[in-house]
Amino acid sequence: MTTTEMALKTEPFVLNIGPVHPSTHGVYRMRVTLDGEVVLDMEPVFGYLHRGVEKLAEERSYTGFIPLTDRLDYIASMSNNLAYCLAVERLAGVKVPERAEYIRVIMAELQRLANHCIVVGAFFNDCGAYFTPFMYLFREREKILDLFDMVCGQRLTYNYMRIGGLSQDIPDEFLPALKKFLPQMKRFVDEYECFIKQNEILLARAKGVGILSRETAINCGISGPVARASGIKWDLRKADPYSIYDRFEFDIPFGEAGDCYDRYRVRMEEIKQSLRILEQAARQIPPGPVKTEVPHLIRPPAGEAYAHIESPKGELGFYLVSDNSIAPYRCHVRPPSLINLTALREMVRGWKVADLIIIFGSIDITMGEVDR
Amino acid sequence: MAINDVIHHLPMTATPPDWPGGYWWHWLFFTVVLIGFVLAMVMGAIYIERRVLGRMQSRLGPNRTGPFGLLQVVADGIKLLLKENIVPSNADKVVHVLAPVVALVPAMMIFAVVPFQDGALLADLNIGILYIVAISSISTVGVFMAGWGSNSKYSLLGAMRNIAAVVSYEIPMVLAIVGVVLVAGSLSMNDIVLAQNIPFILLQPLGFLIFFTAGCAEINRSPFDLMEADSEIVAGFHTEYSGMRFVIFYMAEYTEAIAISAIITTLFLGGWRGPLLPPWLWFIIKVIIVFFLMVWTRTTLPRVRIDQLMALAWKFLLPLALVNLFITAVQVLVWPDGLPWLMVVINIAIMVILILIWSKLFKLGWGRVEV
Repeated sequence: MTTTEMALKTEPFVLNIGPVHPSTHGVYRMRVTLDGEVVLDMEPVFGYLHRGVEKLAEERSYTGFIPLTDRLDYIASMSNNLAYCLAVERLAGVKVPERAEYIRVIMAELQRLANHCIVVGAFFNDCGAYFTPFMYLFREREKILDLFDMVCGQRLTYNYMRIGGLSQDIPDEFLPALKKFLPQMKRFVDEYECFIKQNEILLARAKGVGILSRETAINCGISGPVARASGIKWDLRKADPYSIYDRFEFDIPFGEAGDCYDRYRVRMEEIKQSLRILEQAARQIPPGPVKTEVPHLIRPPAGEAYAHIESPKGELGFYLVSDNSIAPYRCHVRPPSLINLTALREMVRGWKVADLIIIFGSIDITMGEVDR
Repeated sequence: MAINDVIHHLPMTATPPDWPGGYWWHWLFFTVVLIGFVLAMVMGAIYIERRVLGRMQSRLGPNRTGPFGLLQVVADGIKLLLKENIVPSNADKVVHVLAPVVALVPAMMIFAVVPFQDGALLADLNIGILYIVAISSISTVGVFMAGWGSNSKYSLLGAMRNIAAVVSYEIPMVLAIVGVVLVAGSLSMNDIVLAQNIPFILLQPLGFLIFFTAGCAEINRSPFDLMEADSEIVAGFHTEYSGMRFVIFYMAEYTEAIAISAIITTLFLGGWRGPLLPPWLWFIIKVIIVFFLMVWTRTTLPRVRIDQLMALAWKFLLPLALVNLFITAVQVLVWPDGLPWLMVVINIAIMVILILIWSKLFKLGWGRVEV
């Protein structure tokens, strides 16, 4: 039945969600056109957190930019550090000691755990489970933050990696603490799964909701867990192994339907795979130096380099152009959050307001990375 | 008079005292007691809810203000009282200002017919339960006034959801009550308690479940709290309220929760009846237990969507309520002088079977795309 056939005349109205809203994960803003509860159209508005990070890079030395990368995706700072350092190392042709590579992998995977803890928790929060699933995941994330605190003294913005290695070696108590943490986390994930995986309300809310088709995902350049939930078996750790990922055994979990439920499932499975990598890395880690001697004001030869990693949110890439000075001539970030967000409009059309929120929550964005 | 007698025979009697104007003393006394009781219970409920939520979410909850954080509610109240009362510039001012009162007063009026002890109630109406059904719906008008009067789209969405929910859930709720009334043979709340030699939760287990679910939906408790779904529409109908008016809405919400707990206690849990302890204490304990159940569901379950909420009412609760009513009517026809203990077992079995069958027939995510 169309609107004209109805006795009561109705018209769509525009609802402004954000930039300050409990579940826009920062300062994202959506102008939503609604027909009652049904979303007819969604217009994204961003830029509220724009700080000009890419421009700032041109004013700083290569090393001096590392702390700023922490502020891009502040949920997963270690991954940003890693991607940026890889780009500079590729540009300058610096080799990284083996022990540093192992520690980098350990940090990146721990960061993936911490990120997925927040995402899955926030997703359940958006579903309306009043903070309980969130708080339990947050408790586990605290343990990871304690580990980070141990290695670099920071809990959110780590600034741990350096061009050519790491700022410092891990302390002696780190590896025992990590080995104690891994089985704990494994047990916790299994327990958590058995509580909420088959919850009827969750199934009703998330299954079949916000479907992102394989084709759309590829066309929009979606990456990370969102793409894998749509059935694209694409993970840079396997597809283009950087660092030393080719030495570890792990699987790429992927979904089929591409709905919110699959995105949540893929993240939980990724946590388990990350634990596998961590176990192997903690076992194999060799002794040795953790940093190649690199001049503090490094001057890479003129040229360009692009390095990308599988960050918890997707393909995170840094593109650097050097003119043989102490600062990059141009720095560009390929933020997975922003590019994954481009498909949101297609995903939410025709769903209800409540679905809009959980679809948005299931994409996993950090505004610091979207706006840069 | 021993202290025990005082506790057991508080000056609460249905028959007014013999002194001049005794009838009015009775009214005055009970009105004051009820308002005090409701306010105290609301404060207690907020405190309990926050502490229990904290405990269940592996965090501490409020524990800084006063011993065990007991004064947190007072502190919050004072803070909100001192805040400015903001009325949006394009709001319908009269409606906006009146809405909180319209929401709170009916919720408090419910307690007029809730017995705290044998005959200890403000008005022993012979249509007590009918009165409750009628009065409790008025709160909805206050909610819709808030949604309309705020001139905010979030508020309006919340208010529309609330109307839809209340209209749907009233029906299974009333049908569940009818089952109890049939067994008790009276509409008076006091008589219903007196009839419960076997608590009706055992004789009417299905009715209890339906009433509890529908009650949660009617007073916006999770998982049906989508009229004020904080992750979706900010705070629903009271998005635009601040200061004292927000406090009144907040109080109305908890008063309704306590009222539903009190009604469940009276209808299904044997009201004030219980061994050893004085009746009014039994009543309060049972109310808190029911309220605890509501807090528990709130921490545990995600929220349903508006169409699923409707589907649950019309496709799940309503048919079950009708079946329950039919079965109860037949049972009462067979045993007009009260149901025997045997029926407890039979009714619980019937409940389990019916719910299992209906769960097979009805899935919450009916119509969800199976890929």
